[in-house]
Amino acid sequence: MDSLSVIINALPYILGGTFVTVGAVGAALAMGLCLGVPFAVAQVYGPPLLRRLVALYVWFFRGIPILVLLFLFYGFFLSIGLPVNPFVISCLVMGCTSTAYQSQIFRGAIQSLPSGQLKAGRALGMRDGQTIRFIILPQALRLSIPGWANEFSILLKDSAVCYVLGTQEIMARTAAIAARTHEHLALYATAGVIYFVLTLIVLKLLQKLEEKVRVPGYGTHGSAALKGA
Amino acid sequence: MFDPEFVFEELLPALNRGLLVSIALIVPASILGFLGGLAIGCLRGFGAPWMRRLGDCYTAIVRGVPLAVQLMMIYFALPKLGIYFEPYGAALLSFIICSAAYHSEYVRGALLSISQGQIKAARALGFNTLQTVLWIVAPQAARRALPGCGNEIIYLIKYSSLAYLVTCMELMGEGKVVASDTFRFTEVFIAVGAYYLVMVTLATWLLNWLEKRYRIPGFGSH
Amino acid sequence: MAQQDIVLDIRNISKNLGGKDILKDCSLKVARGELKVLIGPSGAGKSTLLQCINCLIPPDSGEIILEGTKLNPENTRELCAFRARVGMIFQDFNLFDHLTAIDNVSIALRKVRGMNAKDARDRAMEELGRVGLANRYLLYPAQLSGGQKQRVAIARALAMDPTVILLDEPTSALDPELVGEVLAVIRDLAQNGMTMVMATHQMDFARALANEILFMQNGVIIEQGTPQALLAEGAETRTRDFFTKLLSDGE
Repeated sequence: MDSLSVIINALPYILGGTFVTVGAVGAALAMGLCLGVPFAVAQVYGPPLLRRLVALYVWFFRGIPILVLLFLFYGFFLSIGLPVNPFVISCLVMGCTSTAYQSQIFRGAIQSLPSGQLKAGRALGMRDGQTIRFIILPQALRLSIPGWANEFSILLKDSAVCYVLGTQEIMARTAAIAARTHEHLALYATAGVIYFVLTLIVLKLLQKLEEKVRVPGYGTHGSAALKGA
Repeated sequence: MFDPEFVFEELLPALNRGLLVSIALIVPASILGFLGGLAIGCLRGFGAPWMRRLGDCYTAIVRGVPLAVQLMMIYFALPKLGIYFEPYGAALLSFIICSAAYHSEYVRGALLSISQGQIKAARALGFNTLQTVLWIVAPQAARRALPGCGNEIIYLIKYSSLAYLVTCMELMGEGKVVASDTFRFTEVFIAVGAYYLVMVTLATWLLNWLEKRYRIPGFGSH
Repeated sequence: MAQQDIVLDIRNISKNLGGKDILKDCSLKVARGELKVLIGPSGAGKSTLLQCINCLIPPDSGEIILEGTKLNPENTRELCAFRARVGMIFQDFNLFDHLTAIDNVSIALRKVRGMNAKDARDRAMEELGRVGLANRYLLYPAQLSGGQKQRVAIARALAMDPTVILLDEPTSALDPELVGEVLAVIRDLAQNGMTMVMATHQMDFARALANEILFMQNGVIIEQGTPQALLAEGAETRTRDFFTKLLSDGE
């Protein structure tokens, strides 16, 4: 059987893995967003102890490879007797990592705002919570879009290692067929193309989002991260 | 739960063995990756149009495809071309290829960030092209590229764990073997994680020290 | 008039950029110890002319003769040597951002003149002293005010012992209160006999110190003469019109 027919036969199966990949990455990004924003706010405005805790969390999840974390979580789930679902563990590990990275993106954006913004909010009689919610975050989140797009593309690529636990995403399906047909090169190249196209599509969508929420004359310092692919 | 005999007799010796292999991957990959990125970045910044296009394509492809996929391709493709590599060689090669692409982004950005005025002023003082690059462009570009390139090396430390996917027995691989033999996943991978944490933390300190050492007041990274 | 010692002789320089004639057949002769001032509206080509003189912008045609030797811009070695003898002060300073004030002044001495580090340092200190910044020598460009930056730039040019200095609107990028300190340094140089060509909007300075004023418009030198002649009461010159317009705008 030649490479081309192997690829054509395998393509529907591998493409089916796209849904799993996108699902896992989407869940992880959402988790990172929901936790990353409060983490960032806590690290900038929180009491010293809270800042320390967030910094510790970030240090831990940015310092350990995802591959190691996958097995660590797997072992932890086993040892406390939880059901071991590879997809759930993959989402959780990527979500925890992404929380660490996203919190740093948002923190950078918050700190890049002029300090006068907070002062102006206070001068109007707003409580700090209100100022953060209505003044600081709307600006900071806009500034974060390029960094966030970058984080998405990193996470999408990192998700490929989740196959070590048996999550049935693109990479796992490719490896399974490769082991059967021995057309490793052609199949992995196909997987590479799928990842590449996936990255392009989502980055385009995010670029659209960035244009849509743009405030006239308010610079989102060039969308360098978006252009890079 | 803590079992000193297991930890000191079995786990740590295995991990130390793996650590040496990891270091043997990380150090040459970061040096050669940086040199490659430097060359490609210069070509993308100043080369002929076809060189720039070629460099841009290379970078876009490498940055758009997961490292795990690249690693598998190199591991399985080279034997087809008649080149037989140990898993170590395949891992090293793919780390260099990947790292060079990312480094080239930072190098190119740094070179393009140098203002025309700096170059004009050097010319006006009688510097020739080589002198201008050596004494004015390079010292400024190096400082601008340092944070990005340093971060890339920190990423590389973590991504070196992917070598396990092609059966290279480094830190991650040794840990996996012990874990599978003894079924003590939690303890083993806490230890493996600690090894990586130490490496990443040391590299971060070194990077911060370098940035501080060579920082110039008011000369920002943007 | 007695035969003057002509230091810099610029003949028929033209420059076309993007289909637009920026300079049309400009010529000027600068005698030793003379201060020539270029004035004219923005976009007249003053800055281009100065940058053409030391080939930072290579002219399309024309000759540049320094102390009797014609420059061949094709020869890189010759061009570098020429530039080392012609000082240049930029509107936006262009100090080397990664070097301290003293290193900014000494780097060309070491790398272009091949001077050893100690001598270069001593020489640089001397020039920094001359512009009144001896006590700021360890500061980086970002730590200096605009006026101080421009004075370091002047010291950097002076350290090379230039035959002539070209000044491209040296005070235009400065806050008004900082203009004086830079002009004072340039006045000192003029009174000590430094040969200079300067583009500026500082009309009082030009009137007081220039040996000759050249008025440029649309890439052509349309008037030239002593300040007394061009700016005399009742003189029907473009220079005088421009001068009075600047004064009334300024008030």
